[in-house]
Amino acid sequence: MRYIRPSSLEDAVGLLAEASGKAAILAGGSDLLVRMKGGFIEPDLIIDIKAIDALGRITESDDCFVIGAAVPCAVLGENTALRHAWPGVVEGAKLIGSKQVQGRCTIVGNLCNASPAADSVPALVAAGAKAVIKGPAGSRTIAVEMVPVAPGKTSLAPGEIIEAILLDKRPPHSGDAYQRFTPRTEMDIAVVSAAVNLTLDDQGVVEKARVALGAAAPTVLLVEEAANILIGSRVDDSTLERLAEVCSGACRPIDDKRGTVEFRKKVAGVLAKRVALTAYQRAGQK
Amino acid sequence: MTFDPSHAARSFSSVGTRPIRPDGVDKVTGRARYGADFNMPGQLIGRILRSPHAHAVIRKIDTSKAEQFPGVKAVVTAADLPDLTDGDTSMYDILDNCMARNKALYDGHAVAAVAAIDARTAKQALKLIDVEYELLPHVTDVDQAFAADAPLINETIFTTGVDPKPDRASNVSMRSQFGHGDVDAGMAEADFVVARTFKTEQTHQGYIEPHACVANVSSDGTADLWVCTQGHFVYRQHCAQLLGLEASRLRVTSSEIGGGFGGKTHVWAEPVALALSRKAGRPVKLVMTRDEVFRATGPTSATSIDVKIGAMKDGTIIAADATLRYSCGPYAGSWAEVGAMTAFACYKLENVRTVGYEVLVNRPKTAAYRAPSAPMAAFAVESAIDELAKKVGMDAVDFRIKNAAQEGTKASYGPVYGPIGIGPTLEAVKNHPHMKASLGKNQGRGMACGFWFNFGGQTCTDLNIGMDGTVSLAVGTVDVGGSRASLSLVAAEELGIDYAQVRAVIADTSSLGYNDMTDGSRGTFSSSMATISAARNAIKILRARAAQMWDIPVEDVTWEKGHAVAKGETHGNLPNLSLKEIAAASGTTGGPIAGHSEIVADGAGVSFATHICDIEVDPETGATKVLRYTVVQDAGKAVHPTYVEGQYQGGAAQGIGWALNEEYIYGKDGRLQNAGFLDYRIPVCSDLPMIDTQILEIPNPNHPYGVRGVGETSIVPPLAAVANAVSNAVGVRMQHIPMSPPRILAALEA
Amino acid sequence: MAGIAVSTTINGDHAEFLCHPDETLLEVLRERLGLMGVKEGCGTGDCGACSVILDDRLVCSCLVLGAEAEGRQIATVEGMAQGDRLHPLQQKFLEHAALQCGICTPGFLIAAKDLLAKNPDPTEEEIRFGLAGNLCRCTGYDKIVRAVQDAASVMRGA
Repeated sequence: MRYIRPSSLEDAVGLLAEASGKAAILAGGSDLLVRMKGGFIEPDLIIDIKAIDALGRITESDDCFVIGAAVPCAVLGENTALRHAWPGVVEGAKLIGSKQVQGRCTIVGNLCNASPAADSVPALVAAGAKAVIKGPAGSRTIAVEMVPVAPGKTSLAPGEIIEAILLDKRPPHSGDAYQRFTPRTEMDIAVVSAAVNLTLDDQGVVEKARVALGAAAPTVLLVEEAANILIGSRVDDSTLERLAEVCSGACRPIDDKRGTVEFRKKVAGVLAKRVALTAYQRAGQK
Repeated sequence: MTFDPSHAARSFSSVGTRPIRPDGVDKVTGRARYGADFNMPGQLIGRILRSPHAHAVIRKIDTSKAEQFPGVKAVVTAADLPDLTDGDTSMYDILDNCMARNKALYDGHAVAAVAAIDARTAKQALKLIDVEYELLPHVTDVDQAFAADAPLINETIFTTGVDPKPDRASNVSMRSQFGHGDVDAGMAEADFVVARTFKTEQTHQGYIEPHACVANVSSDGTADLWVCTQGHFVYRQHCAQLLGLEASRLRVTSSEIGGGFGGKTHVWAEPVALALSRKAGRPVKLVMTRDEVFRATGPTSATSIDVKIGAMKDGTIIAADATLRYSCGPYAGSWAEVGAMTAFACYKLENVRTVGYEVLVNRPKTAAYRAPSAPMAAFAVESAIDELAKKVGMDAVDFRIKNAAQEGTKASYGPVYGPIGIGPTLEAVKNHPHMKASLGKNQGRGMACGFWFNFGGQTCTDLNIGMDGTVSLAVGTVDVGGSRASLSLVAAEELGIDYAQVRAVIADTSSLGYNDMTDGSRGTFSSSMATISAARNAIKILRARAAQMWDIPVEDVTWEKGHAVAKGETHGNLPNLSLKEIAAASGTTGGPIAGHSEIVADGAGVSFATHICDIEVDPETGATKVLRYTVVQDAGKAVHPTYVEGQYQGGAAQGIGWALNEEYIYGKDGRLQNAGFLDYRIPVCSDLPMIDTQILEIPNPNHPYGVRGVGETSIVPPLAAVANAVSNAVGVRMQHIPMSPPRILAALEA
Repeated sequence: MAGIAVSTTINGDHAEFLCHPDETLLEVLRERLGLMGVKEGCGTGDCGACSVILDDRLVCSCLVLGAEAEGRQIATVEGMAQGDRLHPLQQKFLEHAALQCGICTPGFLIAAKDLLAKNPDPTEEEIRFGLAGNLCRCTGYDKIVRAVQDAASVMRGA
């Protein structure tokens, strides 16, 4: 086993592409080290990407935020502009693990771990976030929901690394929100979760909406029918009831140690209502 | 002067104060040494291979590849351990649990172990051991295992306690029964009857420190064991017996212990570490992973309990009946028996009957967990009592006060109570501001009572007085949470000196006589009794030395506030001699001064508590939030009140976790699915409110200061208190613990 | 498996060690450097007993590789007291009996130190959520929260 800390993304991609055995990317390590400890993975090469400068920063251009792959989630919460623009995305990122884990874990790692219950992913999907991928064949940018394809599996080709997540700047009257259900208040994994991202017109009517559900299917669900219910509404009680119903119906969850099918379906709807209301209130304030 | 253990009212100067514990600074600076914090020169690292199957015959174990792996110094299977097949059954079971002999009986059951030069090598070597299993049908659920057609776990077990003796093996190892009066006649007479079945899931003690030890067996037959344990003398006895060592040649040192709660009263990996060390001829350190702790050590019973209670219109309980089925893992146990003894212990009952069944399942061997077996029985009984109070039309507290046991009551499990605290805790709860506080929407309040026997047992203490007048106190009862502080207070109290002049240590097994382990809430009770006795023995010597120094008869010397005082007209004017002065002269007055005590601490006073819980339930998700929690418990006499409060709070928090979210989850394949702190959800800091405590002091007549054990009772009421609160909040009787959100939501929608 | 040479700073002192690529910082601190105050409760980031401050971030040392310590600053419980003068958090943990078995205490002290560095006057709720990554099985957290409140007040006054 080797541990290498490249200083450029090109070197990292090169190492990953040329690795003869199993290679693993180390960003925050909060999934990788746990899997190594449990004996679920024994990489021959660990590529620590934290020495690559650009990957450790959040930068802002005129039209978007660029969140580097090695930025710990705690830093997302400390970025005022990002928190203001995308409170739901930050909420999701800040729910992963404990404060100790927050200092290490990254949203790219959370995405690439490809768990249906990943806390940061539903809000990213609702936000229409994109992943910038670098590989031996060059760069490409895809919607984040295209990254996980099944529990534990991603669409990344051999040698590819996600270098950053892109989040658009916000038009006025926009807001997003994320909530998950966990039995404990902290230190837990989502039993089911929901994210809603809204943009309102000047009259407070929903113009654009995206609704995503976590731990409700093998990958995060983007529920278009639910978004359509919100569009054109002022998120009143009857809209919320229909939203809940559609979200519950859209779920394709499983029974497991964390929850039952019935529970996940019911609570997906409840959370969708609650986050839609929060997103609507946030949008109205901006 | 023989030691008089009976209570005599007195005023205290040290006992009842709240000084900083003697082991405190080491624990806040990282210097305290726990099980895994000790290394020996030349030590190897031991690791254990565990069965992934719930129930399987071990056809063959091929260790040859592992043995040849570079760096491996020893491989051990059951074949390397003594075969106790024809010996004592309970010792056979203990050893079989440490290392499976014929069958793997649960997911996580040890089948082989290696010792290697480092952890990496040991881990690699485990993969080279080839075990051939023949899978057998398994059963992990207590009710399914109880059924007549369940897969049989142990062919040699025939239910005891039934007449006639069964001719077929069974998963029920024992039936036990307690009670008095005529329950059926009483029930027939009742104006109101509540009958329900309750279920509780299996929980783990959840101590943060995994089991750890360092074993060193020499070729001359002597051995040392460093280990985190609640009872090093018991570990010595068991390890010696299991491995064929002489007890006196095995010295066990108890490390600081990072939580036990009953789980470190049983040996798990220690005999294996000793066997590895013996075979390798080198010290072996063995530390369990968290996964191993959950899969292979100490969970509680899962239970299924039927309760039926009848009351008259005036609120008198006329009959009480319970049948309790407790899982005990794959070996015979006596857990339901204890549940059956405690179930109705809070009440004064004319007609009472409890029947317990010990049920074998393919899960880890059940271990003690703080007032073992009592919380589940209390959950069932106190839930039914609450419901019955409603039927009768009485307030839940008043109903319990009316039926509470008193001094002179014949307990449901047999004995007649002396002075007890159930009534006073109920009165205190009735008058507590918590009971009068208002509740909001979706909020409910519940209260419940709990009982625990408490225990005394064999106890030794050495009290040595140094020539500078300081005192070193060596005790054999492991300090699991501050007892060195309380015992130092007791020594200071009895000798009449400052707390700061006493230093208490836990002596190893070669330095004191046999000592029972820290269980049964016996730590402070029994060791304070032995300490008082040792101090009084030392005072006898101190008085004699003073008499010698003064050249007067010893009868004329008394001991007051740390000084020898000469009495009588002829020498009443002699200035007092301090302990320090007498100690300083000891070299010329007869040598070192010490007091010793080896006792059986009889008369541990029974303990009662009543708890109040406020909870809010989210009716849309079943989520719960504990808003307020109050513990009222009798301590007899609180030696160090802050640590008594700590015991009350800790037990309550564990009970709340059990009530709401903690449970072992098994898959259909019989494998444990949540062997980690992420999915085995013990409460985190943000899950709990402050936990208010009220200490009552109803002296235990069998202890010189009136002390009762306080460690365990606090976990008995919470399951029921929380369940009553949830039931009151949602208007549905909760019958299955933990009341996880999916269960609450399902109950709401049923 | 070749050892990686790492040069780092622990509790203000320079330290060097060799470690395996997959060796965690927790293993390095305990087994190579003898800093046994850092405890292992789970090894998977779920209990907080191995908490250390890495540069200015609170982390579980079981979720950090030893090799990652190169050029970093690490603070452990062993560095909290100044000589024989305890840190106010250590003193208040003792006075409030905020420990019973004490195995979680080093992790709690480090987490609380980090919390108070970032928020010198936290509410009870902020303390509870700030310490939610540290499991304690003995105390029910009541006395821990009170000790942190008291220490915060002393530290603000100092």
